[in-house]
Amino acid sequence: MMNGLNWKRYLLWFANEHTHFRINEIESLRSLFGIQMKWVEKNHHEPFCIVDIPTEEDVLKIASRSVSLRSCIELWACGAKLGDLHNNLKLLPVEQLASYFKPELSFKIKVETFCKSQTQEEKVAKIESFSYLPLCGPVKLKNPDIKLELIEYYGLDSNNIPDEPYQVFFGRWVADGQRDLISKLSLKTRKFIGNTSMDPQLSLLMANQAKVKEGDLILDPFVGTGSLLVAAAQFGGYVLGTDIDYLMLHGKTRPTRIQQKKQREKDESVRTNMKQYGIENRYLDVLVADSSLPLWHSAMRLDAIITDPPYGIREATERIGSTKDYQIEEKHLANHIPSKIEYGLQQIFFDLLKLAVEHLKPQGRLVCWIPVVRNDYCESKLPSHPCLQLVANSEQQLTIFTSRRLLTYEKICEHETHLPPNVDLSTAEFRAKFFRYGEEVRKHRKQQKELAMNLSKATVTEKDKMYEDKSGRYRSS
Amino acid sequence: MVFRCAVHNMKLLTHNMLTSKCMKGVTVGYPLGIVAKDIKVSETEFNSEFVSRIIPKLDWNALWKAADSIGHSGDLPQQLMEDYENNEEFLKKVHHVLLEVEIINGELVCPESGRKFPISQGIPNMLLNEDEL
Repeated sequence: MMNGLNWKRYLLWFANEHTHFRINEIESLRSLFGIQMKWVEKNHHEPFCIVDIPTEEDVLKIASRSVSLRSCIELWACGAKLGDLHNNLKLLPVEQLASYFKPELSFKIKVETFCKSQTQEEKVAKIESFSYLPLCGPVKLKNPDIKLELIEYYGLDSNNIPDEPYQVFFGRWVADGQRDLISKLSLKTRKFIGNTSMDPQLSLLMANQAKVKEGDLILDPFVGTGSLLVAAAQFGGYVLGTDIDYLMLHGKTRPTRIQQKKQREKDESVRTNMKQYGIENRYLDVLVADSSLPLWHSAMRLDAIITDPPYGIREATERIGSTKDYQIEEKHLANHIPSKIEYGLQQIFFDLLKLAVEHLKPQGRLVCWIPVVRNDYCESKLPSHPCLQLVANSEQQLTIFTSRRLLTYEKICEHETHLPPNVDLSTAEFRAKFFRYGEEVRKHRKQQKELAMNLSKATVTEKDKMYEDKSGRYRSS
Repeated sequence: MVFRCAVHNMKLLTHNMLTSKCMKGVTVGYPLGIVAKDIKVSETEFNSEFVSRIIPKLDWNALWKAADSIGHSGDLPQQLMEDYENNEEFLKKVHHVLLEVEIINGELVCPESGRKFPISQGIPNMLLNEDEL
């Protein structure tokens, strides 16, 4: 299974979750490690993709970072039916695999079925069908030197499982992806979380989109409880965050966990989270600051900006300001809490892109979420700037009519940084539309429910009538 | 004075990138003065790659002055030396000043207006009042 360039062919087996993100993730990692790669089968919806890659080292690099990837297999043969697979496997030149067929190498063959269960007897029969392979080492079920896998794919529809698989793959297991990190960084066990803490899988995906690497300087201008920074630091980034919410950064907001009744524990903070995961040395600082205002020195250069700006649904969108014109008197200054005004989404994205253009290094990335109303969505209306190229755009659906999109921008030039970003007016309308459509959907559901209620009531009354008629008790004369 | 149980501390690296230019009437707002009430000196893991990559992004003069103003410049040279990438001893000194000297409580002071930004529990509060915008 090699092509003319002597590259190797690999099967990438993805977790069946966040399907819109996996190809983009692999592309970002490929770019991060400077790996050449050719997609042989690029499936956006199915969990298996096939790629050609120059060396196994490259595959290991991708697997060392990917959170979408379940595992990676050096593909020896595949086919639409088991018979085809065996024929293809038998056609492989023996010398190509000879290094795996040595008496000192222990091995095991594993059978995996996707979307179907099978009995032990079926498994054993399938394993024995490979008896023609010149495997001469001992069988070892735990940590063998060579792990061979047969994977049968029965599709994604568990209500409609076919008798025969759609596709079968056979090869040598090479590496697992980083799915374990998702449970390691789980919000359930994390010390400091808030209402809008990002789940670890998406946070890690964002850090991969941002191509975070050892020693990078990373900023989140809407840091909250720092969930995105945890992921960035996990991959070696040195992290900085700002947020307008003083109480949040000081761990004094109302606790999010229902068991935790009155107040947060004393040491809840972004830094304690870093400490919990043993990455405190990558924590730089968090600051209380207003992201609508310039804060950083013009020479500051960031490797990436990773952020989830407030959408105005579960958290307020605010900046410092007032609609009135007045001066705060000296005597009030010490205890004055600045007043806040609405910070619209359009303005938020304008300021965010401006920050990115001014402070990202060349080829540095801005990775951020943008909420959209699905019906109105149009890629050309996404925020843009001549210095920023949109390199990835993945959708996560939130409700029937809304979703959020993970946008990855790359800084492509250093001049024209003075130009203003373009942010379409429709960005600003998200909040209003969210509530309007929400109201419409609720109304519609209510009407449907009433209709259904009336219908069932009607049938009940008819039945009652019949009953009454028969009994004759209520019949008037 | 050494303060033990605080969780956050502002680092001099952050100070080196921070300005008060958001204020009405302030043009540069850099470097901010430091009034340090509590300082903590801790030890964190040294990463030569991070330090040597961050040095060209620093304002060296501002860093030295900031460290000196709080009495922690140590034997950090006032001028940035050449070929620092391979000089581990030097990189360690920079690492110490950038990441290990931390301010827990104090103030950052705007060099133009004199406006004070409080640092409490290691978190600087850069918020302005609505009449300062």
